[in-house]
Amino acid sequence: MTAQTALLDKAPGFKHSRPVRDSASRSRRIKYTLTVLAFLLPSAIPLTLFVLGPMVAAAWVSLNQWNLLGPMKFVGFGNYIGLLKDPQTGAVFLHTVYYIVGYLPLVYFGGLALALALNTALKGRSLLRGIYFLPVITSWIVVALVWRWLLSPSNGIVNTVLAMVGIHGPGWWTDPTWSLPSIILASAWKDLGFVMVILLAGLQAIPTDLYDAAKVDGAGPWRRLISVTLPLLSPSTFFVIVISLVNGFQVFDQIYAMTGGGPNGSSESVVEQIYDFTFRYGRAGDASALSWMLFIVILAVTLIQIRGQKRWVTYG
Amino acid sequence: MVDAASGLRVPKRRTFRTPEARTRLILAIVLHVVIVAGALAMFFPFLWTLITSITPGANLTNTPALIPANPSLGAYGKLFADLPFAQVILNSLILATITTVAQLITASTAAYAFSRLPFRGQNVVFGIYLATMMIPLQVLIVPLFVELKNFGLLDTYVGALLPTLAIAFGIFLLRQAINQVPRELDEAATIDGAGHFRMFWQIILPNIRPALATLVIFSFMGSWNSFLWPLIVLRSPQLQTLPIALAGLQGQYISQWDVIMAGSVVSILPMLALYVFAQKYVIQGVASSGIK
Repeated sequence: MTAQTALLDKAPGFKHSRPVRDSASRSRRIKYTLTVLAFLLPSAIPLTLFVLGPMVAAAWVSLNQWNLLGPMKFVGFGNYIGLLKDPQTGAVFLHTVYYIVGYLPLVYFGGLALALALNTALKGRSLLRGIYFLPVITSWIVVALVWRWLLSPSNGIVNTVLAMVGIHGPGWWTDPTWSLPSIILASAWKDLGFVMVILLAGLQAIPTDLYDAAKVDGAGPWRRLISVTLPLLSPSTFFVIVISLVNGFQVFDQIYAMTGGGPNGSSESVVEQIYDFTFRYGRAGDASALSWMLFIVILAVTLIQIRGQKRWVTYG
Repeated sequence: MVDAASGLRVPKRRTFRTPEARTRLILAIVLHVVIVAGALAMFFPFLWTLITSITPGANLTNTPALIPANPSLGAYGKLFADLPFAQVILNSLILATITTVAQLITASTAAYAFSRLPFRGQNVVFGIYLATMMIPLQVLIVPLFVELKNFGLLDTYVGALLPTLAIAFGIFLLRQAINQVPRELDEAATIDGAGHFRMFWQIILPNIRPALATLVIFSFMGSWNSFLWPLIVLRSPQLQTLPIALAGLQGQYISQWDVIMAGSVVSILPMLALYVFAQKYVIQGVASSGIK
C-alpha cells in the first residue's frame, strides 16, 4: 500500500478503512506512536523532570514536619489536619476567592471591550495597544509603588479627586476593609493589556469572509458581535478564563508588594501564607500541605470548566 | 460636494443626515474619547516612573512634580556606575532568548499533538500538563533546588534554564489556536500526501502566527521579569540578571526613588520594543495563509 493511503487511514474520520495485513497495520501503528512521541517528548521530558518531579517531592514534604535545615519528621496527614482546624486557612482561602470574584469580571470585560475597540480601524491603534500593554510589562514592584501613591489615604490623587466632588475617600490599602479592593483595582489595571493581547490574537484569526456573509444576511454590528465574533472567539475566551482563575488562585506578587498581606492580615492570600510558612517561619511541611490543598481546589475548578466547555466553546 | 484633491463628487456630507449614520458618528466619537482617556490612565504610572527617574532626590516626602524643576540624568549615571549593567542586561537577554526559542518549540509541538494526533489517554495527559500550572512556584523551589544541586547545576545558566524549557501556559495557548484552524486545511494537505511533520510546518504554524507572536511576548517577558528562581539558583555576581540587580539596587537606594525608577525604565524599554515588534505579526494575522 502507498504512503498516501496509509496517511489517510490514520487521519481522524477514516476509522472504517479497508482491512490490511496485520504486519502492515502494526508497522503503521508503531510509526504513528513514534510520531506522537516526537511531538510530545520535547515538552514531556522537562515538565516531568522539573515540575511534576518537584510536585511529587512537595507531596512527600507535606507529610512531614521540616524546617528546611534539620531532618524531616514524618507526621502523616498531621499537617493537613492542623491546617483544616486552623481558622487562618479558611480566612486565606476566603480572601483569595474574594480577590477572584472582584478581579475576573473587571479584567475580562475590560479586556474584551479593549480588544474589540482596538481591533477596529482606530487612528493610532498600534500606539494605543502599546500603551495599554505597558502595565503588563512593568514589574509589580514599580506598579505597587505607584498605586500605593495613587491610593494614598491623605494626599493620593484618587482621594484628592474624590474630595473635590465631596466624597470622603476610604483609607484604601491602609484600611482592612479596603485593602483587597485596592489590590483588585491595581491588578485589573495591570492585567487588562494581557487579556487584550490574547483576545486580539483570537480576533485576528476570525476569517473576514464570515463578517461579509453576515452583512449580506443583513446582520447589524450587534448581531455580528453576538453571532460571529463571540462564538468564534470562544476558544480564546476559554483560555483567558481558565488562565485567569489558575493565576487568580495563586495571587501573590501584588499582595506581597502592595500590602504584605496586611493590614491585620486582611489581604493575606493562600500563596502569601505559603510564602510566609516557607521563608519566614521555616514550616516547609505546612507550606507543602497548603500548596497541595490549593492545587486540589484549582484542579477541581479547572476540571469543571473543561467539562462545561462543550456547551459554549466552538472549535474550527 | 466636490472633493478638492480628486475632483470627484463624494456623497460624504449627505450620509451624516440619516439618523443611523449620525448615531454611528456619535458612537465613534465616544469610543475615541473613552479609549484615549483610558490610555492616559494606563500611561500615567509609566510617565510618573519616567519623571521620577529624572527628578534628583525624589522620595516619599519629596514627591516629583509633573515638570521637574531641574531634571537630570544623574540617576541613570549612578545606575551604570554602580552596576555591571552591560553584563547584567546581556545575561538577561541570553536567558530570555533561549527560553523563548525553547518554549516556541516545546509548546508548538505539544499543542499539535494535543490538537491533531489523537491517542489513547490524550485528555488525561493534557490534564496533567495543565496541572503543572496549578501548584505555586513558591513550594516547588525547595525540591527543585535540591534536585539541581544533585545534578551539580547550581549557579549555572543551564540550571536557571531547565525549569523554563516547557510551560503549560504556552502549550495551552497554542492548542487553543490550533483548534481554531479549520480541519479542511489538514484534509486538503493529507490528500496532497503531506505527513504530520509537513502538515505541522507548512499548514499549522503559518496559520497560528498571531498566537506564536503572542507566545513570544509572554515567554520573553516571563524570563525577563523572573525573579525568585534566578535569585536562588544564580549566585555569582557575573551571572546576575536584571530583576535581581534592580532588587539589590532597591535595598541600596531605599529612599532614592530616582535611581530605582531609572532602573525600572531600563528594564521596561526592551520589553516594549519587543512588544511593538511582535504586534506586527499578531496583527498581520493569517492573511497570507490561504483561508483569508
